[in-house]
Amino acid sequence: MKLEDKKRVLREMVVHRRFEERCYQAYIERKIGGFLHLYPGQEACCNGVMEAARPGYDYVITGYRDHVHAIKCGADPKEVMAELYGKETGSSKGRGGSMHIFDVKHRFMGGYALVGGPFPLAAGIAKGIQMKGGDEIAICFLGDAANNQGTFHETMNMAALYKLPVLFVCENNLYGIGTAIERSTAVVHQHKRVCGYDMEAAETDGQDIEKVYEAAKVAVNHVRSGKGPYFLELLTYRYRGHSMSDSRGYRTREEEEMWKQRDPIYILRDRLIAEKAMTMADYEAMEKEIDAYIENEVIKFAEESPEPKVEELEKYVFADRESQMPWITGKAA
Amino acid sequence: MAEIMYWEAIQRAHDEEMARDPLVICMGEDIGVAGGTYKATKGLYEKYGPLRVIDTPISENSYTGLGIGASFLGVRPIIELMSVNFAWLAMDQMFNSAAKVRYMSGGQLTAPCVFRSAGGAAHQLGAQHSARMEKVFMGIAGLRVVTPSNPRQAYGLLKSAIRCDDPVYINEHELMYNMKGDVPDTEYFHPLEGSEVTRSGTDVTLFGYNISVHWNLKAAEILDKQYGISAEVVDLYSLSPLDREGIRKSVSKTHRAVVVGEEEAPVGVCSEVISVINEECFFELDAAPVRVNSALVPQPYNHTLEKAAIPNAEDVVAAVLKLFGKA
Repeated sequence: MKLEDKKRVLREMVVHRRFEERCYQAYIERKIGGFLHLYPGQEACCNGVMEAARPGYDYVITGYRDHVHAIKCGADPKEVMAELYGKETGSSKGRGGSMHIFDVKHRFMGGYALVGGPFPLAAGIAKGIQMKGGDEIAICFLGDAANNQGTFHETMNMAALYKLPVLFVCENNLYGIGTAIERSTAVVHQHKRVCGYDMEAAETDGQDIEKVYEAAKVAVNHVRSGKGPYFLELLTYRYRGHSMSDSRGYRTREEEEMWKQRDPIYILRDRLIAEKAMTMADYEAMEKEIDAYIENEVIKFAEESPEPKVEELEKYVFADRESQMPWITGKAA
Repeated sequence: MAEIMYWEAIQRAHDEEMARDPLVICMGEDIGVAGGTYKATKGLYEKYGPLRVIDTPISENSYTGLGIGASFLGVRPIIELMSVNFAWLAMDQMFNSAAKVRYMSGGQLTAPCVFRSAGGAAHQLGAQHSARMEKVFMGIAGLRVVTPSNPRQAYGLLKSAIRCDDPVYINEHELMYNMKGDVPDTEYFHPLEGSEVTRSGTDVTLFGYNISVHWNLKAAEILDKQYGISAEVVDLYSLSPLDREGIRKSVSKTHRAVVVGEEEAPVGVCSEVISVINEECFFELDAAPVRVNSALVPQPYNHTLEKAAIPNAEDVVAAVLKLFGKA
């Protein structure tokens, strides 16, 4: 990665981290409802892959741990936070919530709450690309536990069979909700599981963004050049529980501490400091500035935005009725 | 106006729409090289090729999801689920993805898909190949449900469903693919909403959909000839949304209603129609509305038991006579 890009992406990762930590606080304050799945610890995965791809151009789809993926594609953090607050200005107009962030203008095709649900949707988006003849690719970010769903195998088979331009990124954070991977899955290294579909695959360290970036470059080039799907496994860790109701009784504090020694933000920060591209004081100032941005702009926007109108409860269930009248009435011109 | 078969009508709608729009595709098990289990996609593979006529693996949930994902980019997939029994496996994608995506994205994404499948009991196909599942589909917000009772509807409903931006489930019937009927020679779009008065009457309304419309027509004939009862037959080809106004109008005229469906009671289309009658025109009723349904058993294999499980025109006649105190 170029130095300028590393500096930029470090800043982005800090925004992502502080955004998520601020969500935690807002949840405790009951400003955010429902389920909340946070991303700290895994930032190098989304950022490293998307640095190798084209955010806003390539189509991205993921599960319910989706805030950072949306923001990385180009979604305004203000709109994502407003969505979490359930406001009309939210990215899904307050109808989606944390697990259903969408920002289609930046080709972020959504967060979905059924584990493994996005696999076939991603292959379908790739099918759409294939039909339309563009050079975009579809990127599907999911966790390791999704690979135990039938949709994983069904989709890997079809993606390989139809040679679809889709990159599957497996963020292997070692836990499916509260069950350790070795207790739920016969094969811990997930990239091995696609060999049955003759699919190109690789595994790399998901904490070091430069390693992620290099592996993702190979993967993205493979898919974009029309060679079919690719499966990239990133070994990573989420610091917080699966969601907010999770007190992490299924793992030790020692294990968590060990992973925090390999924090994706600190790895990049320390490298930039060692390369004399920045100082610790620069970093600390940046963190403060980002916290101020999140408080004064992101949170402020969410707090001050209006609620959706109750009269519009049924809006968005179906397409705008007027536009569909030829088919509803059969009186097509 | 030409007389063609139900399957030919469906095939014609596919062909016309695929010729018009290169983004219309179809997919499902055995629909391409094999031409479709019920011939509904016959000849399309040869004409449009494997990129647009996709033979899928037997992976219902994921190929359905694949079609839905493609629809996010403006592709118009016609997704065939060979038998509605297999749609149980695809419901996750149909309901959680297609039906909800528009709402949960605040209107940003829509899934303009068509799902088609053959439902109902045919001849001794047994418990796992004879399901009536329309009751499940019609309870899902964001999904339109239509069910053609003749070739004209089969053609026109599919045409409209393909063009509509909402996801549409089309419930066909295993026993009806070879049924003949008139279909306009010129392009025809059947309304996705509403109902049709198939036979006008004054004494009782027989509500039905899909195959039960035919039982009701036969029953109306018997009622007229043998008992002097004038039955109106209403075809509820749109199950979601139901035609509340059409239901109200007919009941307000006849003041009696029998609701007939091949589905098993309890819970279903028939109980929903009776609820609508209660909500729309309770005080128009001269008798409590009743339903005629299949027995609540897994469909038996044995021919005699199978026949006993499914209603027919005689059962409809009996229900009407009871309503008139003649049984």
